[in-house]
Amino acid sequence: MTPPPSVIPAKRPECADPNMEFLSDFLISPFVDHGFMRRALVACLALSTGSCTVGVFLILRRMSLMGDALAHALLPGAAIGFLLGGLSLPAMSAGGFIAGIATALLSGMVARFTALREDASFAAAYLTALAVGVMIVSLKGSTVDLMHILFGSILAVDDLSLALVASTASLTLLGMAAIYRPLVVECFNPGFLAAVGVRGSLYHYAFLALAVLNMVAAFQALGTLMALGLLLLPAVAASFWARQVVTMALVALPMAAASGFVGLLVSYHAGVPSGPAIVLVASLFYIVSLLLGTHDSVRLRIAPPAHLRA
Amino acid sequence: MSAALRLVDVTVAYERHPAVHHVSVDIPEGACTAVVGPNGAGKSTLLKAMVGLVRAVQGRIEFPHRTRAKIAYLPQQSDVDRAFPISILDMVLLGRWHGIGAFGAARPGDIDGAMHAIGAVGLRGFERRPLATLSAGQFQRALFARMLLQDAEIILLDEPFNAIDARTTADLLALVKRWREDHRTVVCVLHDLEQVRAHFPHTLLMARELIAAGPTEQALTAANLLRARAMAESWDDAAAVCHPGEAA
Repeated sequence: MTPPPSVIPAKRPECADPNMEFLSDFLISPFVDHGFMRRALVACLALSTGSCTVGVFLILRRMSLMGDALAHALLPGAAIGFLLGGLSLPAMSAGGFIAGIATALLSGMVARFTALREDASFAAAYLTALAVGVMIVSLKGSTVDLMHILFGSILAVDDLSLALVASTASLTLLGMAAIYRPLVVECFNPGFLAAVGVRGSLYHYAFLALAVLNMVAAFQALGTLMALGLLLLPAVAASFWARQVVTMALVALPMAAASGFVGLLVSYHAGVPSGPAIVLVASLFYIVSLLLGTHDSVRLRIAPPAHLRA
Repeated sequence: MSAALRLVDVTVAYERHPAVHHVSVDIPEGACTAVVGPNGAGKSTLLKAMVGLVRAVQGRIEFPHRTRAKIAYLPQQSDVDRAFPISILDMVLLGRWHGIGAFGAARPGDIDGAMHAIGAVGLRGFERRPLATLSAGQFQRALFARMLLQDAEIILLDEPFNAIDARTTADLLALVKRWREDHRTVVCVLHDLEQVRAHFPHTLLMARELIAAGPTEQALTAANLLRARAMAESWDDAAAVCHPGEAA
């Protein structure tokens, strides 16, 4: 059925169908019309490619909560950068990276040299870091600045941020490819690695550095409180669909990319901060995977498939 | 008989309390040696010291004919995360670590070797299965397959047949026998003295100190076993410092 000629807008003759037109207005034009939306989208897509593998390994190393603590620990560094350079990306990113690495190393050392377990020392470190960070930002900046740093702001994604995110993604992919095998063995059988004479802790710290790097890259769009969201939630969701490290990362990737795309649209149309919007979409993927996934899902618990003869 | 490993006055201590105390012994080359002793006698610690996972506070461990790289070690409680998403083939292939390393690619020969090792431990058809689906016995078989692939000249096994059923134990003991026929050096911690007498020509009887070492029938006499059993299991908090040259 052809629509009446009056419905067809003069400007966009290629959109013949009104439904299509609505969809393109809703889904595509925010990115066509606004440069900051385009940059934010590219940033999210680039972020997704690198962070999926990191997220999968955070889960496999049972470090999900430690990763969360690490992300919070970026805040005081970013805040000091903010104190010195205002809302400047290089200053805040460098500060955040240094603070994240320092927290990871210090917590690891505290755990090694005292009886305190690593999760406890991480929790102590991140509470301290969060408090220090909020204090510093509150002293100099406004509540809006604090909101931006904590929850992210797509307006903040400029060309420099894009360059940072792109190099982070490239470095992450190369780095993870380089340390992949020792890291896998360090995850599932550290004793074997030690017995063949490989220092597993080296690869552990290299991995932590890549994780911190990804969170630094993510905090522009997602904020320090949610920087881990795009790393971890797609990976957790993927664990309900895949049973191998590589396939988990491959399943997580499109979910992370879609979370970025849909989350940015929600943020744009509803006028809410981009961080929570993106993370909420990723959470939806998680919930759907939990309910319907092909491994350990609620669906399989409620209606288990018939068992085999042997 | 030449020595594959020579322990010279080795003492390993945890928080200054010795777990292995002034042990000097030669492990014979190309033979199967059982390490026997009560719980807490320092058997596992001795093996860890041989691999280099714990450091001797005194004495030294010598390998007259080779470097440490040729050792395969099966710990008593392996730290394997058995829920980790990895296939049996990939896990067994790790046995080729010294050939492939952290960055090399597995060649077809490596994969053939791994398939062969998986078949040799009776797990044919399990190659692509995830590790998480294995039972305790199958898992132990997979660990033995990895050791087969390691092609080590010295093989250290720490209570490898704990919680393993009779048939699996028999199969794995057959592998140990094959290693013996290949003239590899096997050192195995065991508690079942019948097993030791049947399969291990040499025995090291320990109770923190070395009680006896030598041919199994000479080492495992009633008198020696009684002496080993008399070892006090707990630390003596008031123990004095052990000076070199002084009997413990």
